[in-house]
Amino acid sequence: MDYMTTLIAVASISIAGITTSFGCLGPALAEGRAVSTALSSLAQQPDASSTITRTLFVGLAMIESTAIYCFVVSMILIFANPFWNHAITMTTGK
Amino acid sequence: MHLTPDAIIYWQHGFVKLNATIVFTWGVMLVLAIGAKLITRKLSTDHTRSRWQNLLEIVVTAILKQIEEVGLRQPEKYIGFLGTLFLFVATTSLATVIPVFEPPTGSLSTTAALALCVFVAVPAFGIVEQGMRGYLKSYVEPTIIMLPFNIIGEISRTLALAVRLFGNMMSGAMILAILLSITPFIFPIIMSLLGLLTGMVQAYIFSILAAVYIAAATRSSKAGTGLKPAPPTP
Repeated sequence: MDYMTTLIAVASISIAGITTSFGCLGPALAEGRAVSTALSSLAQQPDASSTITRTLFVGLAMIESTAIYCFVVSMILIFANPFWNHAITMTTGK
Repeated sequence: MHLTPDAIIYWQHGFVKLNATIVFTWGVMLVLAIGAKLITRKLSTDHTRSRWQNLLEIVVTAILKQIEEVGLRQPEKYIGFLGTLFLFVATTSLATVIPVFEPPTGSLSTTAALALCVFVAVPAFGIVEQGMRGYLKSYVEPTIIMLPFNIIGEISRTLALAVRLFGNMMSGAMILAILLSITPFIFPIIMSLLGLLTGMVQAYIFSILAAVYIAAATRSSKAGTGLKPAPPTP
């Protein structure tokens, strides 16, 4: 049982790290592309700045939400892990 | 360290709990309601007006303008719902500068409740605007094959609204707590400034997304075949 809790801890922590790192990687690239495209279109058409800015913000929030999902998953894995709690109750209840 | 303000319980009797989420939600509601009542008690239409009336007029006209720019023709019909969403989320994220304040939007129950309000309000506005038949027809809009995907999109965007707001507010509080234990000198101030900015952006995003969904539900058949904007799928 002790072996099992160690295994669960190791798996949870490393998967949480991998989740956050890959979950930041993709949205960072995507947001960079979105902002650079919006900047170049702002430079070409300064009159449409309000529309471009609003659409950019909505799109950035959409992209950012995928990173937030990964963050929430890793936070759950670290602070509110259901498997870990189950293993703890198994060991202490024995 | 706690993940949500649900874990802070002030008073408990049986299964009835009074946690920090409920207390601070009520506090924000009281501040907003009493403040609005006090300011609008003596409104003036001539050139001398109080500075608080100026503030409220700026806020209301800005929200009206934003709603209209999304594509809703009569923003006065929707400002009751969308403006309330924006003001509540913005006030909670702005009030995080108060030291003991825990933002109630950092709890998944609050954000799920707000997202469920949007989930109910979008079909309601759509049915009011174009009738039951016209609204239901928008689900089978290109072909009948798209029906399950439209329904899945409806549910998944509600989930995305809830988790996005929760994750942003919770991550701000969490980063502050972690930084306070590592470098408690300057960096928490910078991160809390960033958290204020993120909170305002999230309030804007939440209400704008709700407005976009309502706009997509109310005008899909009226615009005819041409300029129908695709509802953004999160």
